[in-house]
Amino acid sequence: MIDDERCEGHGRCYSIAGDLFEPDEIGNGVVRRDGTVPAGREREAELAVENCPEQAISLVED
Amino acid sequence: MGRHEPVVDWATDFDHTDDAYVADPFTIWNELRNSCPIARTDRYQGAWLPTRHEDIAAIAYDTDRFTSRSVVMSEFRAPVEMAPQGIAPPISSDPPYHKGARRVLLPAFAPQAVDKLEASTRAYCHQLVGALRVEAGDGGVVDAAVGYAQHIPVRVIANMLGLPETDGERFRGFVNHVLEGVDKPMEERALGMMDLFEYLQVQIDDHLANPRDDLISYLLAAELDGSQLDPFQVARTVALLLIAGIDTTWSAIGASLWHLAGNPADRQRLVAEPDLLPTAMEEFLRAYAPVTMARLVREDMDYSGCPMKANDFVLLPFPAANRDPKAFDRADEVIIDREVNRHAAFGLGIHRCAGSHLARMELRVALEVWLAEFPEFELADPAAVRWSAGQVRGPRLLPVRIG
Ligand code: HEM
Ligand code: SF4
Repeated sequence: MIDDERCEGHGRCYSIAGDLFEPDEIGNGVVRRDGTVPAGREREAELAVENCPEQAISLVED
Repeated sequence: MGRHEPVVDWATDFDHTDDAYVADPFTIWNELRNSCPIARTDRYQGAWLPTRHEDIAAIAYDTDRFTSRSVVMSEFRAPVEMAPQGIAPPISSDPPYHKGARRVLLPAFAPQAVDKLEASTRAYCHQLVGALRVEAGDGGVVDAAVGYAQHIPVRVIANMLGLPETDGERFRGFVNHVLEGVDKPMEERALGMMDLFEYLQVQIDDHLANPRDDLISYLLAAELDGSQLDPFQVARTVALLLIAGIDTTWSAIGASLWHLAGNPADRQRLVAEPDLLPTAMEEFLRAYAPVTMARLVREDMDYSGCPMKANDFVLLPFPAANRDPKAFDRADEVIIDREVNRHAAFGLGIHRCAGSHLARMELRVALEVWLAEFPEFELADPAAVRWSAGQVRGPRLLPVRIG
């Protein structure tokens, strides 16, 4: 999930993992669909987390 | 530089326009980080220089105690009455005014809007490399900063705003005055700003009379807090976009080409693996981040043991944050396939560069076109490379020999 309070629209998430995130109309990151990371995409999701300059993204286990 | 005495002690008397800082700020930051992480100077009527990622980030986030009223450090400070808008919103604005002023700009610079400019940017880059190829002949020397990097952001922003393409030289002159003239006398700097506003007034009047599909017309029609922006506000915002968008992107393209000219292994790898470019580009942005911002201290306070006074400047060297070994592994090495790269080249917090998606597109296209046309190139004369002084750092002369 993305913390809207912290996201400032750097866009690293949707550049790295375009299947998991997309930009809204002002360039802030939005999680696609229901936010479940499809099997095989874990690494991309982790990279998005690790590259967000504002540390706005977190992965939630379920 | 001339106007200032050379620096002897960086911890107590730093000066970012000193020749040593211009030539190699990295060593200075590394030494300060280990000895005196927030340096001080009495120059510029008092200023501070944090060098650790953690302090730079904390100050960028702390918009209560540090104001953006003046973001370019010089002898001049914007008067308190200018707050909360400041001289050039949103960069000079503080909350809560900042949010609306920024919101007006963001849709025009969102990734979806930037995508539409890619084809024309690419065509223009092709035109530039074509001209350089002719100028150089085979094995000749061209200047990658003067003949290539500097033209790209000027053309892109002129097209976006709806300013005549042929005025490129003029805006570059204005921008240079604001960003590189910080050690010039105040009167001279003020005159430069007046020239810029006179020029913009004419352009805006023309847009008011003949609205068209460009960013100036969009801004003239835009609403902030329920009322339309007045033409003078639009002029200030356009001035900001020229100042913020040109030297910065020029520097990023130039520094990346400088790196590739001097590091043949990285150059060959990018030619062979063009898909690596987006990752490599982030590494160039980290390692050679062009932009240092500034803040003013709002009120007297003790910050991390530093006795800061109201109106002291604080430089925010995002490039130093990007070289902090506590925040990045092997911080001083350029690793073009670095996967984890949470760099701060575009700032942190509410003032995150509004033009970052545009800048990234320009940088990527500029490098793609250059590498496709000139897969072989090297520094023609390393001693002839000149880096800019002030808060935007990039090569201003970059002679390369193309193969
Ligand atoms: C590689 C090129 C660029 C770099 C490194 C860069 C860097 C930065 C940085 C570090 C900030 C933060 C300012 C602060 O914290 O006070 C900033 C703000 C800004 N930049 Fe850029 N910039 C670049 C290109 C551009 C371009 C192309 C434009 C638009 C044409 C632009 C427009 C802006 C604006 C409007 C702001 C103010 C945002 C705000 O205050 O909310 N920049 N830039
Ligand atoms: S990388 Fe972080 S700050 Fe940037 S858009 Fe994604 S969540 Fe927002």
